Amino acid sequence: MTDLSLLSVLIWLPILGSLWILIIGDKQATTARPIALAVSLLTFCLSLILYFLFDPTTADMQFTEKLSWIPAFGINYHLGIDGISMPLIILTTFTMVLVVLAGWETIKYKPAQYLGAFLFMEGLMIGVFSALDAILFYVLWEAMLIPMFLIIGIWGGPRRVYATIKFFLYTFFGSVLMLIALLYLYSQADSFSILDYHTLPISLEAQKWIFLAFLVAFAVKVPMWPVHTWLPDAHVEAPTGGSVILAAIMLKMGGYGFLRFSLPITPDASNQFDWLIIALSLIAIIYIAFVALVQKDMKKLIAYSSISHMGFATLGFFIGFMIYKNTNSIDGAVMAIEGGMVQMISHGFISGALFLCVGVLYERLHSRQIADYGGVANVMPRFALFFVLFAMANAGLPATSGFVGEFLIILASFKANFWIAFGAATIMILGAAYTLWMIKRVIYGAVTKDSVASLKDIGGRETLILSVLAIAVLLFGIWPAPLLEVMDVTVQHLVEHILQSKVPAM
Amino acid sequence: MQNVALIIVLAPLVGAIIAGLFPVSRRFAHRVTISAVGLSFFLSLYVFYQIVFGGHEIFNETLYTWLVAGNISLEIGFMIDSLTALMMVVVTFVSWMVHIYTIGYMRDDPGYQRFFSYINLFTFSMLMLVMSNNFVQLFFGWEAVGLVSYLLIGFWYTRETAIYANLKAFLVNRVGDFGFILGIAAVLMTFNSLSYTEVFGLAQAGNYEQTISIFSGTEWSAMTVICILLFIGAMGKSAQFPLHVWLPDSMEGPTPISALIHAATMVTAGIFMVARMSPLFELSETALSFVLVIGAITAFFMGILAIVQNDIKRVVAYSTLSQLGYMTVALGASAYAAGIFHLMTHAFFKALLFLGAGSVIIAMHHEQDMRKMGGLKKYLPITYWTMLIGSLALIGFPGFAGFFSKDAIIEAAHHAYEAERAGAFFAYYAVLLGVFITALYTFRMFFLTFHGKERMDEHTREHLHETPSVVTGPLIALAIPSIFIGMFTISPLLFGHYFDGAIFVEAAHNAFAGHESHSSVAWMIISFIGHGLLQPPFWLALFGFGTAYYFYMIRPDLPGEIVKNIEVPYKILLDKYGFDRFNDWFFAGGARRVGDKFWKMGDIKTIDGLINGTANTIGWFSSVARNVQTGMLYHYAFAMIIGLAVLLGTFVIL
Repeated sequence: MTDLSLLSVLIWLPILGSLWILIIGDKQATTARPIALAVSLLTFCLSLILYFLFDPTTADMQFTEKLSWIPAFGINYHLGIDGISMPLIILTTFTMVLVVLAGWETIKYKPAQYLGAFLFMEGLMIGVFSALDAILFYVLWEAMLIPMFLIIGIWGGPRRVYATIKFFLYTFFGSVLMLIALLYLYSQADSFSILDYHTLPISLEAQKWIFLAFLVAFAVKVPMWPVHTWLPDAHVEAPTGGSVILAAIMLKMGGYGFLRFSLPITPDASNQFDWLIIALSLIAIIYIAFVALVQKDMKKLIAYSSISHMGFATLGFFIGFMIYKNTNSIDGAVMAIEGGMVQMISHGFISGALFLCVGVLYERLHSRQIADYGGVANVMPRFALFFVLFAMANAGLPATSGFVGEFLIILASFKANFWIAFGAATIMILGAAYTLWMIKRVIYGAVTKDSVASLKDIGGRETLILSVLAIAVLLFGIWPAPLLEVMDVTVQHLVEHILQSKVPAM
Repeated sequence: MQNVALIIVLAPLVGAIIAGLFPVSRRFAHRVTISAVGLSFFLSLYVFYQIVFGGHEIFNETLYTWLVAGNISLEIGFMIDSLTALMMVVVTFVSWMVHIYTIGYMRDDPGYQRFFSYINLFTFSMLMLVMSNNFVQLFFGWEAVGLVSYLLIGFWYTRETAIYANLKAFLVNRVGDFGFILGIAAVLMTFNSLSYTEVFGLAQAGNYEQTISIFSGTEWSAMTVICILLFIGAMGKSAQFPLHVWLPDSMEGPTPISALIHAATMVTAGIFMVARMSPLFELSETALSFVLVIGAITAFFMGILAIVQNDIKRVVAYSTLSQLGYMTVALGASAYAAGIFHLMTHAFFKALLFLGAGSVIIAMHHEQDMRKMGGLKKYLPITYWTMLIGSLALIGFPGFAGFFSKDAIIEAAHHAYEAERAGAFFAYYAVLLGVFITALYTFRMFFLTFHGKERMDEHTREHLHETPSVVTGPLIALAIPSIFIGMFTISPLLFGHYFDGAIFVEAAHNAFAGHESHSSVAWMIISFIGHGLLQPPFWLALFGFGTAYYFYMIRPDLPGEIVKNIEVPYKILLDKYGFDRFNDWFFAGGARRVGDKFWKMGDIKTIDGLINGTANTIGWFSSVARNVQTGMLYHYAFAMIIGLAVLLGTFVIL
């Protein structure tokens, strides 16, 4: 399988495509779009090969590639995927196709550069999910910020400068601490291989510091309370495509970081600090839900909803230690982590879809304020169908993907502690409250404004994008088994791994 | 059998999709959907026959694996036993009648196809719920019926009251579901499975001696925790106090769905669920007492509210609340069979009453206020007679369907009272006095609508005539079981072995154990009626009827006089005990106030304030901002991108 170098192809194809488009430039916007679409579609199709050739019976890294990059420091171009990263890569390539389509007619200012930035970012993001070398990971992790920074900064809303700087500073601050932790690990292991770190014995004291450094980096990305305030600002200012990528993929990097770095590298510290993550997650779930309730801007509302839903993922990742203490079985922990993974994937679809829906309205009325709408169902019935469907998925309705992760995590956390499950389950009420209250004010009601009365229903392109997402949301809600199947062995292996102490025997 | 079950479930789903996504024509929409439900109904009858008379064993099969996480496999599948079969027939029959009725009721509505699509979807969801063999699918059906209920209450989405009511209904139900999902989590924790047969098997084998620590130091029996949490779900769906508040408002939806969803089927899902879980509930006296008391409060206090309503649909709605309370009392008294029995009779006569009320509303040109009706008997003869049958069934007039089921519940409550179950004293008297109240509000409504002075305006009077046959047909079809279903089914359901293997009752809890006799069925029915004539419920019902007759036929001026003298209690009743105002202020308003505080004090002031609060930082931000606007930074950024590409690229190529 190494011969295929499929992961390299997935990383470099969109990057080369991006350079091609940048060279063509804005003079030929009409050709830039089809090229971008072709590249993103091809990348998506190639990424599906990962799924079909993936061996779900092993927890080992697959599709590995290893080349020496900077031999002096033992830095390698080392790629590989397991059941945790593979679904995230496919989510990335899938979402990117929709983003290219979504910006088809709406981006009129420098469309080639817009598409180029996205394709470039796609390559980098796939790289982040497949990097097995710490430095490679770090470089890609940082580099990924640049195109996003440009997308918000150039194609964003009126306060885009404030938003981009806030976004950049927050995430940059976190990353620096991560770099320090990685350098420390290098000094101990004499290697930059992430897999070496997994098996490296580390004292509890050192683990704690590494854990906290990682925590800052990943917590900012997820984002977790209280380092979340950059997200609503970034979303509000970002163009629709930027919001979609931000919510659907970038936030997942934080969650991925916990699974790839924090838990396996510092399992004892994770065990020690699990209460902290659980507490922060519950605050995210409950506190942020209340904040979401009072938002007047649809994008802000969905942004806060994202934070709340990602709180579920982090809860699922760290609840396992308590479950194991109570039940002496790894089942609950496996269920919780898989729930967290499903939650991340599903949130990718749902938040992406919701941001696209808001984008549809924004393109027409140039307002994201809830108060500027009302009665949209009267003039845009087809759109209303989709918006209500995605809202219901966001509220965790069974038979949509939004339910699966939440259900698994609530089931699992009950085994840890009644009150944790109780707190987590409040999302059933609060999530429905903020989402459906927004729907009530935007979609339902009588048309009282001329601007709303003049709205045109979605056309073929928009219907296609939203239909594809709707199918994904329903498919994984009705039959999540294939998604869990690919990650099951990996997650079981991870749980077995993290329940073993790495503190060297005295 | 599996294929038959699959067709029963999927036919309405396919119908909903076709009618919803391919709006060819109105006729096409109703033909497709009605055929789909009709097919489900006849196949359900077939299944019912096979299970009950054909000696077919309980059908229990997995359809597909929903997911596998670690060692836990969650599956989707069907279980059809006598309880399920009964529910399937009731659901598909009432649904079918309502589908037909809708042709008349929604004739002029622009959302005709959408409506048919929704009610077909509802039938699918409800069937998924009752036919499930596991908790996951149960929860799916549970939420799916909630979704359709939400969509249908808000069917006329331009009306502010309708979209307020549907949001309220969904959220209040979510409060119940919140308990329900925790209950399912408790089941998984205790039994490590979510399949009915495994869970019930383990529970009955006595494998439940676990405790759950809720407050540190206190240990609760796992079974009590499970049952109370599950019952909280039922309180939402079946509108039990204090989660009853959504049901009266749900009357904002079109009348056919008030009949189908908010009277006959969906709201009884909670009752069905508890009966289905009888092997668990039987193991917790505490939970049963909780159920008993909640049911009794609902039965009694919600019945009283029906007396002061002027909207004909709201009378029926509060009556539904009260009757659901009766069913819940039956469950709490371990008389699950009686609860299901009443569920069935109620489904027929309450659907009849709702559809009858709808017929009145159509004739009155969508006027629902009974103060503007009166004397409708001569204009609407079929509606009148069928409504009379429904009313008699509701008040439990001897021989009518409701008589048997309601007496059985009172009997069960009495048995629980004699067995000194906690809360049974209150429950017994609540359901007993409830009989008087039921008769009073029912015939108040009946007399105000059909008898007395004609209080409508001239224009309406001129256009009054009996509703078309698509409306009266279902009324007649429902009137027949409203009379006869009780006497024909009481013997097997309550005293026979119909529910053996489906419902489990501890021997000591069984209220009807002594009744089992070997005499003929006919004699049993006659003796049951004869016995009923001598009992207090009959006299209470008669007294209630008499009171209604006196106040609304002989002295129609009296109610007004009385109200003047008891202004304060009357206001409390009109205010529905103040629940709505409290909920709006405390929960809806409180949540917004909390959210606002969190946002402005927490996010904006504290967190962002710490980070960029100082004037310096802001100044620094803006100085950076000025730089950015020169465009220079973009150049840097692009340079970084290209540099990176070169860095990574060169070595890959080399």
